[in-house]
Amino acid sequence: MGSKGSTRLHGLFAVYKPPGLNWKHLRNTVELQLLKGLNSQMQYTPQEHIRFLLGPMEGSEGKELTLTATSVPVLSEHPLVRGPNYRSVKVGVGHRLDVKSSGVQVLGVGRGNKLLTDIYNAHLTKDYTVRGLLGKATDDFSDEGRLIEKTTYDHVTPEKLSRILAVIQGSHQKALVMYSNLDLKTQEAYEMAVKGLIRPMDKSPMLITGIRCLQFAPPEFLLEIRCMHETQQLLRRVVHEIGLELKSAAVCTQVRRIRDGVFTLEDALLRTQWDMHSIEKSIQKVAPRIEAELKKCQTVALCHRDPVGQPSS
Amino acid sequence: MALPAQQIPKWFYSVKIRNFITIMQFRNQLMRPRKTTLHGLLALPEQSSGNFFHWRFKSYRTSSIWNGSQAPSSTRQENISAQDTHPPSLNKLQLKTEVTNFDSQISLEELEDLPPVSPLQQISEEDAVQIVAEPPLPPASFTLRDYVDRSETLQKLVLLGVNLSKLEKRPGVGTLLLRLDFENDIQKILLFLKDIGVEDNQLGAFLTKNYIILTEDLENLRTRVAYLESKKFSKTDISRMIVNAPYLLSFPVDRLDNRLGFFQKELGLNVQKTRDLVIRLPRLLTGSLEPVKENMKVYQLQLGFKRNEIQHMVTRIPKILTANKRKLTETFDYVHNVMSLPHHIIVKFPQVFNSKLLKIKERHSFLTYLGRAQYDPQKPNYISLDKLVSIPDEVFCKEVAKASLQDFEIFLKTL
Repeated sequence: MGSKGSTRLHGLFAVYKPPGLNWKHLRNTVELQLLKGLNSQMQYTPQEHIRFLLGPMEGSEGKELTLTATSVPVLSEHPLVRGPNYRSVKVGVGHRLDVKSSGVQVLGVGRGNKLLTDIYNAHLTKDYTVRGLLGKATDDFSDEGRLIEKTTYDHVTPEKLSRILAVIQGSHQKALVMYSNLDLKTQEAYEMAVKGLIRPMDKSPMLITGIRCLQFAPPEFLLEIRCMHETQQLLRRVVHEIGLELKSAAVCTQVRRIRDGVFTLEDALLRTQWDMHSIEKSIQKVAPRIEAELKKCQTVALCHRDPVGQPSS
Repeated sequence: MALPAQQIPKWFYSVKIRNFITIMQFRNQLMRPRKTTLHGLLALPEQSSGNFFHWRFKSYRTSSIWNGSQAPSSTRQENISAQDTHPPSLNKLQLKTEVTNFDSQISLEELEDLPPVSPLQQISEEDAVQIVAEPPLPPASFTLRDYVDRSETLQKLVLLGVNLSKLEKRPGVGTLLLRLDFENDIQKILLFLKDIGVEDNQLGAFLTKNYIILTEDLENLRTRVAYLESKKFSKTDISRMIVNAPYLLSFPVDRLDNRLGFFQKELGLNVQKTRDLVIRLPRLLTGSLEPVKENMKVYQLQLGFKRNEIQHMVTRIPKILTANKRKLTETFDYVHNVMSLPHHIIVKFPQVFNSKLLKIKERHSFLTYLGRAQYDPQKPNYISLDKLVSIPDEVFCKEVAKASLQDFEIFLKTL
C-alpha cells in the first residue's frame, strides 16, 4: 500500500518510549498517527464520466427518443463511499523495551522493516543508564515488586562499587571473546580487538562490554552499561547482584536506553512528535548513518567467516 | 448479502435493465419508456438481425428461474411462478391492461412472462437506441461502491455527507439503504430532523451514526420529541442533544423516562441539575447505564469521595461518569498518593480525571525537578491542577514551569 503513496515513508526511526507504556500500544499509536497523516494528504478530485441518457427529442415526425451524452459525477470514488485510502501501515518494532523501562525504541516503516532484520543480525551494542537503590531487595528486582529483605548500606563506598564493576566487566570481556568465535592469536582478530569490533555474530547470553558508575549518592547510584543481547529484566538482575556483592541489597528503579545501535537520544521522537512529518524527517536524517553502519558490519562479518580465524574446536 | 432488488435486473435483457433502473428511480416518469418498450416487444417483426439480442435474453431467463428457486420467499418471485401458468395470449392481454393502468405499481414480472420471441426477430431503431450496454449490477457485493452510481438514494445520501464506507460495515445496512426510496422514505425524516433544528451540515454525521432512524415511524419520533418538550427541555437544547447523541430519538418514551429517572435518583440531583447534566452530555442517556453505576461505586468506595463531592464533580464535568474505571483509579492513585493532593482539592478540579495520566506524570515530575511542584493554595507559587493538566505544552512551559520548551523536552528524555 505504501508503495504508491508517500515514497519517503520507508525506513527506520527512533521514538522515546515513556515508562509505563507497552511497546504494542506505542506501535499502534504510531501507526494510527501515520495513517492519519497519510489519509489527510489525499485530495479528492471529483471525477465525471459520460453516460448516454435517454431523453425525448423533437424530431421530424413528432417526438423521438435519442441518447444524449451527459457527464455524470462518479460517486463511487468519493471519500465518503470509498473510505480512507490507507487502512494499515506496516510498522515494525526493533529491540523491544518492556513496560517499566523507557528510552530509545527503534521502529521501522514500510520497506524499512527489512532493515530491522539487518540491524538485528548486526548485533550492535546498546547503552543503558540504570538507577539502583541500595538497602532493599524485591522479588522482581524492581522497586515495585514484593519486598524480600531490607539491609544496611552504610559500609558501601564508591571504591567498593567500582571494584565490583571492574570484576563484572572483566568476566564479561572473557565471555565476549569466547562467544565471538575468534582466535585472538591471529593478526586480524588482534586488529579487530584493538578497534573494539569484537562481538558475537549469533545468539549468546547477555554480554556487558562496558559498565561504569556515573553517580554515587547512597542509597542511590546510577550506572551506565554498554551491552548486547540483553533484556531489561537481566539488567535489573545485574543491579540486584551488585547489591549482593556489596554485602547489601539493591533494587533497580529505572532502566533507560540511551542508545540503540546508531540511534541516540537526540534522534528519538517524543510523544508529542509522533506525527508523519517529524517521522519522515527523522527517517531521512538517520538513513545515511544506518547504511554506513551496516556496511561496516558486513566487512566484520566477512572477517568472522574467515577460516583462519576459526578456533579448532 | 442477498439483495433481491439487485437481482431483478438479471432477469431482463439490457432493454429491461435500462427500464428497471428508470422505474426504480423515477417512478412518476415511468410512462413513456415503458410504452415504447412494450410496443417494441409486442410488435414481433420477423427478421434475423436480432439474433445476438435474443440469445442474451434467453440466458437471463434461465438465470431468473434459478433465482426463483433460490429465494422462493420473495413475493415478487412468487408472482412469476403464478404467472408462468398462464397461456401466452393471456399474458399479452394482461400486459396491455397494465400499460393503461399506471397508478398501481407495475410489477415487472409480467413483462418477464412474454412468450419467448423468435431469435430471428428484428428490432426497430427506436428500441435499438434504448439498448444500453452497461454491465448488470452485481447481485451481491461486500461494498456499496458498486451500487452508488446507479442508485439515486445512495447518491443523495453521499451528497448529504453520510459516510457509506463506515455504514456498510454494519450488518444489513446495505440492503436496507438500497430498498429505501429517497422521495418516499427519507425525505420526510430529513424534513422532520430539520424541523427539530438539526443543521444541514450535521445531517450527514447524524445519519452515519443512526441510520436506523430512516425506517422509524414519524409519529413515534414526534411523540419522543413531545416527551422531551414536556420535560421542559428547550428547543435548542433538544436539537443539541439529538446532534450529540444521535440514538436519542430511537429510544421509546418509557425507556427515556426510566433513564432520566435513573440519573436523578442515582446522583441525587434536583430536576434542573439533572436536565443540565443531560444537556451537557446526552450520551449518558443513550449509552449503557452499567459503567455509570460502576463509576459511581468507584468514586464512593474505592476513591472515597463523599456523595455531595461526587455531585459537585459530576455537575462540573459530566464526562467523568463515562470514563474508564481503571484509568480513574490510576489517575487518582497518582494525584493523591504521589502528588499528595487531598480530596477537597481534587473535587475542585475534576478535569484531572479526563486528562492523560502520562501528561500529568511528565509535568509533575518536571515541576518537582525544578522545585516548583507546589499545589497548596495557601502557600505562595501555587499551581492549580487545572493549569497543570489543561493547557498545551508551550503555555505550560512558559507560564507554569517558567522554563523553555527545549528544556522540557530534554527533561522528558531523562524519564
